[in-house]
Amino acid sequence: MMTKTIFSGFGGQGVLMMGYSLAHGAMNKGYHVTYLPSYGVEVRGGTANCTVAVADEEITSPVSSEPDNLVVMNSPSLTTFQNKVTHGGIIFLNSSIIDARPSRQDIKVYAVPCGDMAQEVGNIRVANIIMMGAFIKKTGVVPADIYLKSLETIMGSRKKSAAEVNRKAFAAGYDFAKD
Amino acid sequence: MAKKLFSRPKSLKEAGFHYCPGCGHSITHRLVAEVIDELGIRGITIGVPPAGCAVLAYNYFDVDMLEAQHGRGPATATGIKRALPDRIVFSYQGDGDLAAIGIAESFHAANRGENITVIFINNAVYGMTGGQMAPTTMLDQKTTTTPAGRNKTLDGYPVKVCETFSQLKGPTYLERVTVNSPASVNKAKKAIKKAFQCQMDGLGFSLVEILSPCPTNWKMTSVAACKWIDEVMSKEFPLGVFKDNMAAVKKPAEAAS
Amino acid sequence: MTKVLMSGNNIIGEAAIRAGCRFYAGYPITPQNELTEYMAEHMRTVEGGVFIQSESEIAAIHMIVGASSAGARVMTSSSSPGISLKQEGISSMAANELPGVIVNIMRGSPGLGNIRPSQGDYFQATRGGGHGDYRTIVFAPATCQELADLTMNAFDLADIYRTPVMILADGMMGQMMEPVVFKKPKPRQYSEKFMLRGAGQGKSKFIRSLILDAIDMEEHNWKLARKYQIITEKETLHEEYKTEDAELVIVAYGTAARIAKGAIKRLRENGMKVGLFRPITLWPFPELKLRTLSKKVKNYLVFELSTGQMLDDVRLALQGYADIGFHGRPGGVVPTPAELANVAARHYEKAD
Ligand SMILES: Cc1ncc(C[n+]2csc(CCOP(=O)(O)OP(=O)(O)O)c2C)c(N)n1
Ligand code: SF4
Ligand SMILES: [Mg+2]
Repeated sequence: MMTKTIFSGFGGQGVLMMGYSLAHGAMNKGYHVTYLPSYGVEVRGGTANCTVAVADEEITSPVSSEPDNLVVMNSPSLTTFQNKVTHGGIIFLNSSIIDARPSRQDIKVYAVPCGDMAQEVGNIRVANIIMMGAFIKKTGVVPADIYLKSLETIMGSRKKSAAEVNRKAFAAGYDFAKD
Repeated sequence: MAKKLFSRPKSLKEAGFHYCPGCGHSITHRLVAEVIDELGIRGITIGVPPAGCAVLAYNYFDVDMLEAQHGRGPATATGIKRALPDRIVFSYQGDGDLAAIGIAESFHAANRGENITVIFINNAVYGMTGGQMAPTTMLDQKTTTTPAGRNKTLDGYPVKVCETFSQLKGPTYLERVTVNSPASVNKAKKAIKKAFQCQMDGLGFSLVEILSPCPTNWKMTSVAACKWIDEVMSKEFPLGVFKDNMAAVKKPAEAAS
Repeated sequence: MTKVLMSGNNIIGEAAIRAGCRFYAGYPITPQNELTEYMAEHMRTVEGGVFIQSESEIAAIHMIVGASSAGARVMTSSSSPGISLKQEGISSMAANELPGVIVNIMRGSPGLGNIRPSQGDYFQATRGGGHGDYRTIVFAPATCQELADLTMNAFDLADIYRTPVMILADGMMGQMMEPVVFKKPKPRQYSEKFMLRGAGQGKSKFIRSLILDAIDMEEHNWKLARKYQIITEKETLHEEYKTEDAELVIVAYGTAARIAKGAIKRLRENGMKVGLFRPITLWPFPELKLRTLSKKVKNYLVFELSTGQMLDDVRLALQGYADIGFHGRPGGVVPTPAELANVAARHYEKAD
């Protein structure tokens, strides 16, 4: 098994956090994992992206030629990365702010209105966690319980209420992807 | 017909700044460009941008520019000026660039009374590399390399460039200004103009230090950053003229001619 | 053993501190700021830890020269332009036989360049870089685990051979995160007799590299050369990956080797027998191992994130023994495994 995913969006949308939490969960599941963020000037420009490779064997290249999954949180990212996705791959897109849809027919597209859903949960900043819920449900890269544990570890014991909101957000995304 | 009161200086290219909102670099760029326009020296000016947030200054100033390696601006500018004494040469530098890695180059260019102008942006941090301690960081100020705040025993004190350079015989004109209010911006422009005039008149080394907000790395809003300059920074770095020998240098020069 | 997920820059810092590094000096430069910041944060929590943000890279290297002579385990780090400034001090460490670790997280160059990953400093690192007749041991890790292990080993080798050791990685490795396990460091073996601690009641000593007598200077150079000979014999490291049945072998190090492994996977899926020869020490370069491999494999492709620097060492090893091709992407461009696979496939077929 080897799955490569690119997460991409505006800085501030918690895109790096999505990748990092997935990487952390994969590590705890006992997989090999590589997390590669964009950095420096690239980030100042306002966009952020990261690549996460998860495998049950040695990960050869952290750089991905054709990612299996692409998670895009804003429109520019869709334009930048959609053609990289491998034949038969999946694109998850934040349909709350992305109107466009990929023109490719050979991939699956899941539109998750995670911005709107976050507002329903009561905190616009958890849109990324909602997306992760949908992502984990559809891809099964790591089991949901392990992912949630990692998320909690990363967030630290900062605030109980924050952990609660994250759980709720994750569940919302997870359930959304069920149907 | 309505009179046009505000337009882009000719010495600024048609390009949007990449600086963060509320950054003092943008204001200072504009002031330098206005001064170059008003003095009519666009065609004979050569600028030297630093390594620092202003590294892309050549994308903004519509004058000839030669990028310097980190801290070496005054040496690079010296080379240009000595080769082309009738050109106007300025070096644009941050506090890390000027007062840390490049203090030797700056100090000696000042001490030689090199006939160049230095625009010195003091924002109390390393902006470009992500908010590390600068030589001008305030005591107790938290940065990414002084997580517990700047400690005088370990990290020394804020470096006062104008005060230090004013002890040298070499420099002719040294002033510290800020750009955190409309009034202070006007003052800053006067100082920059005087510094360039100093060079045009052949009077020697001029430097204008600008206390400049960096909301991003100070982790403040733009308004709070402007306030911080008044309430904290300018207490450590008082504004004012630290040296003005222009009249004295001019006289013997005139007598000789 | 517990695994932790950390970025390359932080791993180097943690490994250094665990290995007993208690003196760090550095000057901010991207893409290695996280390492400097890690040392700022953690040196203050270990006993005897010293962190100094120096006024320049020149100052930083000379600070570690001083601390090393006083007996501390020392490290400094920077990226390409800053490493250029450190050369004077590295030459001085080699001449004075002072141990220390220098980390170069390479970026696109020459000049100010950019902050993207690159391998343009191979010549500088492996040829000495500074003035004079000396060598620097150069480690080229390719995974986060190797960053941890080789950083620890670097301190040991620096002490054993009393010489500067360089970790040569790039911006991607500095930012990349992978799970690592920190091994137990070996106890330090470094004699007090090499340290300047004040003469006390005893005889005073000095460390110097100014040797005015030409014959003495020559002998000092030969002495260093004999040391480098021993290092070459004993410390050369490399990895071979799927070379047993290979028809074509890619030679690459660090990040480029990771990309190469990805390319090899693709090529093998298409039935092409391609392997990898990965130098782990760039100096000493695993020249003899590569030449030995050429008894079996006659077709090589050197791949670097530069215009061709390690290529020279490969030629020294293989010229006349095998065919050598080259693919390079300088300036901070990081190609994908697919791109390299295409190039390698052309090379593979050419040899048939
Ligand atoms: C030799 C060398 N060392 C380090 C750097 C990285 N670097 C670029 S700008 C900078 C400091 C910027 O701070 P400052 O001069 O205060 O300018 P600011 O960004 O705050 O305007 C550093 C350390 C470099 N370019 N070259
Ligand atoms: S980081 Fe600071 S100095 Fe740099 S552009 Fe932003 S506000 Fe200006
Ligand atoms: Mg600064």
